[in-house]
Amino acid sequence: MTSGQNGDTFVEFERVQKSYDGEVLVVKDLNLSIGKGEFLTMLGPSGSGKTTCLMMLAGFETATHGDIRLGGREINNIPPHKRGIGMVFQNYALFPHMSVNENLAFPLQVRGLSKSETESKVKRALDMVQMGEFGNRRPAQLSGGQQQRIAVARALVFDPELVLMDEPLGALDKQLREQMQYEIKHIHENLGVTVVYVTHDQSEALTMSDRIAVFNDGVIQQLADPETLYERPENSFCAQFIGENNKLGGKIVGIDGDTATVEFDDGATCKALAVNCGGVGERSLLSIRPERVAIGNSDTPDAISARVLELIYLGDHIRCRMDVHGHNEFIVKVPNAAGHARLNVGETVHLTWEREDCRALDLI
Amino acid sequence: MSDTHTAAVMAADGTPLKARLARAMFRRKLDAFLLVLPLLVFLMVFFLAPIAWFLSKGFHDDLFATEMPNTTAALADWDGSTEPTEAQYAALVTDLIATRKTKTIGKVATRVNREHSGARSLFTSSARKAAKLDAPFKEALIKTKKAWGDIAVWQGMKAASRTYTIGYYANALDRRQLADGSIVAQPEQRQIHVKLLIRTLEISLQVTLYCLLLGYPIAYLLATLPNRTSNLLMILVLLPFWTSILVRTTAWIAMLQSQGVLNDLFVFFGVTADEARFSLIYNKLGTLIAMTHILLPFMVLPLYSVMKGIPPSYVRAAKSLGATNWTAFWRVYAPQTVPGIGAGAILVFIVAIGYYITPALVGGQDGQMISNFIDFHMRRSLNWNLAAALGTVLLVVVLTLYWIYDRVVGIDNMKLG
Repeated sequence: MTSGQNGDTFVEFERVQKSYDGEVLVVKDLNLSIGKGEFLTMLGPSGSGKTTCLMMLAGFETATHGDIRLGGREINNIPPHKRGIGMVFQNYALFPHMSVNENLAFPLQVRGLSKSETESKVKRALDMVQMGEFGNRRPAQLSGGQQQRIAVARALVFDPELVLMDEPLGALDKQLREQMQYEIKHIHENLGVTVVYVTHDQSEALTMSDRIAVFNDGVIQQLADPETLYERPENSFCAQFIGENNKLGGKIVGIDGDTATVEFDDGATCKALAVNCGGVGERSLLSIRPERVAIGNSDTPDAISARVLELIYLGDHIRCRMDVHGHNEFIVKVPNAAGHARLNVGETVHLTWEREDCRALDLI
Repeated sequence: MSDTHTAAVMAADGTPLKARLARAMFRRKLDAFLLVLPLLVFLMVFFLAPIAWFLSKGFHDDLFATEMPNTTAALADWDGSTEPTEAQYAALVTDLIATRKTKTIGKVATRVNREHSGARSLFTSSARKAAKLDAPFKEALIKTKKAWGDIAVWQGMKAASRTYTIGYYANALDRRQLADGSIVAQPEQRQIHVKLLIRTLEISLQVTLYCLLLGYPIAYLLATLPNRTSNLLMILVLLPFWTSILVRTTAWIAMLQSQGVLNDLFVFFGVTADEARFSLIYNKLGTLIAMTHILLPFMVLPLYSVMKGIPPSYVRAAKSLGATNWTAFWRVYAPQTVPGIGAGAILVFIVAIGYYITPALVGGQDGQMISNFIDFHMRRSLNWNLAAALGTVLLVVVLTLYWIYDRVVGIDNMKLG
């Protein structure tokens, strides 16, 4: 695994396993290095082990096997309150019986800071999240977005080097969530703090992260920056989980260098980039992003014929469902640009794409 | 906006909207009232009215005035210190003859005896002879019984003749109303009620405290365990709740008595000698042990429901912010359980303060509570007036404590589930 963006590893998981019942491994052999100042997102469906990893890092769960290191120091046996890791919880976990100021002062008080120092730090943290005037309110008197800001401020007020966020935006509405994504990203850029962020929302992960670790079934499926992850998924799970994806099942009939020739069940063939497929004779799933498909002419080389099944008008583009050699869930996004092709339901068209955009991957 | 202030808003048919709304609201209120009416009638007839009638006995007693009308009239203007006159003696003799005929002399004698002890035999014996007496009645009565010349007897009658009296309340608070209406303290050896009330409050407070100390960890365990295990444990907590209180109290007798299970174990393990077994029951200790056990679920349940509602992320957040286990508990977890503590404490305390059957069975002498005394006056001494006064005093004390609690903690902070 590669380490973080500027080279020096800050958080390290080495061969970490976790089981709750001694029968099923929730986390299977996790190896992960997170660089200092990196924004790393653990992305995956629920039950994929991402939250368990975060809880092990925070110290609320112990690893069944393996080492977790923070700044080169093993932290397996260090209790949570001595790890000095800031954490933002899904339900914010602001203490309801304390005012905003008291909530923020709490980590400073338990560290024995002087009163004046505490006050100035609390004020600075509140100003950072633009909540300077809300210090005397109780959490219950704040809106969801405001509580979220306070939770972020509280996790940062004692200047931790590492902040963990466990689906912090899950309870917010869409608009507010997008706004908070930018704010958290900016805070991260300004402070240079290392952030480990857990979410099941792929667009959130793409927006905010330096790198994304895609979790499924207790294993990291792919660890890469957002662009690589979207453009060059290494297996079918990542291709399906992130963004919209067309999949075409077929049998590999020939491999020439990095080009695989795939035969569909009706006998038609197609060329694809061999990424993660078996040898000749094995089945594979082809993955193509809908926006990478163009509608061409019958004389274009390697064109695939398709029949239009359904058209949905979406303003900036037209979503077109097609039947491609027996796969009737194939989606093409036709941009609503000047002079775009007019399509009619039932008509047969020809589709083209770059060979690199059609990736032959494993079967799920 | 401005015209809404000048003209009333009208409904579609032209009537003012407010009047329409009031009519609609009235219908709804009427419906609600009719729904609760049967229960209300039931409560009024079988519950509230008898209680009100009974409590009124604490200050209203017309037995003497009804049965001895002539004496009552003759004593009305008496100042309570001068020598009784012949007219008053004559009225007394008339009434004695009348009550002997109607066979109510016993009740009257008992009534006066409460004001002046020794009056009962005086009345009953003199009533037998009253018909044969001739004027002047003063000498004749004093001749039959010397005590009739004692002014204290007359003062007792004067006190008994008051229909509306604070005498019973005075008695309930260890005071006594003299014939001239003044209130003085009872003699030392008759001051029992205030001490009893204080002991009742003390036992209730102790039981509340022990329930909290024992119940808090259990509730915490129940709230944090996985549901399957906690449901099983919850049944164990509730099991005593479903058993008859009499059975449980009797079980404690078997456990705690000097030849009981616990003492046998103490002797067996050499904690104490066979001759010097601990007296764990038939005293205050027995009352405390049995009541704490019986009232524990009242503390555990509200605490559990409050603790169940506290997400584990609060304590986790506190720890991630650098708090030790103890700080996280004391500064973050415990303050959030205060509504549960308040609800549990007030529930246990109020049930405990009126507790009756357990102290009666295991309390012995010094484990008796005020309810046991009310019961004594209801069933043994048949002094219902004093029982009513004691009950009212207890009610007032509870309501006062409830009021103080509301001012200090706030009833809104209480959470029963």
